[in-house]
Amino acid sequence: MALMQNLTKLLISRIDEYLDAISEGMIVFQQGLLDYLENRMTDFEERMAMVGQYESRADKLRREIENQLYSHSLIPEMRGDVLGLLEHLDNIIDVAKETLTQFSIEVPDIPMELCADFSDLTVSTVQAGEELVSAVRAFFRELSRVKDHVHKVYFFEKETDRIASNLKMKIFRRDMDLSRKMHLRDVATNVAKISDEAENVADRLSIYTIKRTI
Amino acid sequence: MLLFFLSSGLFLGWSLGANDAANVFGTAVGSRMIRFKTAAIICGVFVIIGAVIGGNGTSETLGKLGAISALGGAFTVALSAALSIFVMVRLKLPVSTSQAIVGAIIGWNFFANNPTDTSILIKIVGTWVVCPIIAGIIAAILFILVRFLVNRSRLHLLQQDQLTRYGLIIVGAFGAYSLGANNIANVVGVFIPSSPLHSLVFPLIGTFSGKQQLFLIGGISIAIGVATYSRGVMETVGSSVVKLSPLAALIVVMAEATVLFIFASQGLNTFLTANGLPPIPLVPISSSQAAIGALVGIGLVRGGGKGICYSLLGKISLGWIATPILASIITFIALFFMQNVFNQTVIAPKTETIQIQSHTTEPMEMDRQIQNKKISVFYFHENLHQAVQGNYSLSMGQIVTNSFNHFMHVKRLDEKALYPGLIGLLKGCCVGDTG
Repeated sequence: MALMQNLTKLLISRIDEYLDAISEGMIVFQQGLLDYLENRMTDFEERMAMVGQYESRADKLRREIENQLYSHSLIPEMRGDVLGLLEHLDNIIDVAKETLTQFSIEVPDIPMELCADFSDLTVSTVQAGEELVSAVRAFFRELSRVKDHVHKVYFFEKETDRIASNLKMKIFRRDMDLSRKMHLRDVATNVAKISDEAENVADRLSIYTIKRTI
Repeated sequence: MLLFFLSSGLFLGWSLGANDAANVFGTAVGSRMIRFKTAAIICGVFVIIGAVIGGNGTSETLGKLGAISALGGAFTVALSAALSIFVMVRLKLPVSTSQAIVGAIIGWNFFANNPTDTSILIKIVGTWVVCPIIAGIIAAILFILVRFLVNRSRLHLLQQDQLTRYGLIIVGAFGAYSLGANNIANVVGVFIPSSPLHSLVFPLIGTFSGKQQLFLIGGISIAIGVATYSRGVMETVGSSVVKLSPLAALIVVMAEATVLFIFASQGLNTFLTANGLPPIPLVPISSSQAAIGALVGIGLVRGGGKGICYSLLGKISLGWIATPILASIITFIALFFMQNVFNQTVIAPKTETIQIQSHTTEPMEMDRQIQNKKISVFYFHENLHQAVQGNYSLSMGQIVTNSFNHFMHVKRLDEKALYPGLIGLLKGCCVGDTG
């Protein structure tokens, strides 16, 4: 019985650490992109490395949680859902890492006039991710609050889409090479992809919440 | 020989264990919350404890409905109950061991030309109807309460899972205890009046009555049923029939166990009567029907009655009537064959018409008391004759003896307490008369 209690405590702390890793990764991703937009490249590279570390840590924690849940038959009726949730949540930090890597490799030339739009896009997409992490925390601890956070995820995803569309419109109405326009469009799409992933996970979370309600 | 005659009851016990254990641990095992081995051990142990400690109440009720006086009769009654269950299962109708055994006892009453106490029968049938309703009400209240607590508690999903596991084990143990206490009468209840088992006295521990020995044997047969054949039923109940969350399953088992306990607990009954409240009839009920009642209760709270299969409820109601009728017909026919084809004693010959009314005396001890009373009555007759024959004629002595017996029968008094005084009084009267 004591063994079971210790295992439960350990797993709870691992899940919290996992969610912390995703959340902190999101914040560092936002700071990294803002560093890039303000041309602080050393800071940007540092942030990119940090996001990579958060992503590796999240992967490691996810595998550990997965093994423990299955080997000790914990939450048998929910473990499939919980693992699906954690795996899809992992996609968000993967996308964040890929986006920063894209910036680092391709070094997109963002005109000064579009920096504010890129900044808004980054903040909005990260907010969607942050709200999703809060929704997942609520799923584990306070089911009644999941809806509030999921609602905000949907809101920020729409906001991100709106900002991304406006930005793309501005990009293609500027006097630039088509190749540069397409490059900037791709970069904007990748930044907005985080909120799309957040929306997918939020959809799943809504179903899991109904299933978890007794 | 006893074990041979008991075999039909033990078979009933085995099938009860194989089938009804799923009502207690089905969801927990089916959903992998508890391992089958753990569930089987807990269930087996607590069924036996419940049977030995708490099986008396429902057995007495069945005894009042019809006391089967010969082992051959008891064997046939239990076998006929098992047969009628088989027939009902083949007809795909919901069936309960409790209903089959009650029907079988009524069949024996018909065969033995004994009147069936209709007030007891009404009490039993009324309980069957009320039991799923009570289970539903308890489950609905518990569901609202648990939902409120879960929403307020801010427990982590894993902590909730851990608590639910402990809850399923504790409530499962309570359910198994209640199942043993309530349903043991179905298994060995009919054998109690004719059982030759005597009380065993263990120094410093206490007495293990013949009835308790029967309950122990019946409890073991249920436990064997749980261990050998309940796994498949548990997994079916837990994973296929009704998809329940472990927490909802916990509520269903709790409601079902509470109802089984209420209708089996002599302690609760004593407490109620001591406080001026109406007593609860101690009647063997169907754990499956209690579980269905609890499920309907939760369904009503969750969705206002949408999705409830009313045809199933109709089938259950049909079972309340069809099972006892079928069981009584099968029993009547089987008793006829046992008596006339196999030459077995199914009804004990009536010897002495001494009525003993005792709510606390064990049947095996009753048998001994009957023997003692017969001896006492014999000596009493002798004394009485000698006492009165001094001055009165033999026929007068006989009149006094008969009057005394009649007085005892009507007033249900203990003659032993009256003998010395009465004999002294008669002798005194006789002496006075002569003087």
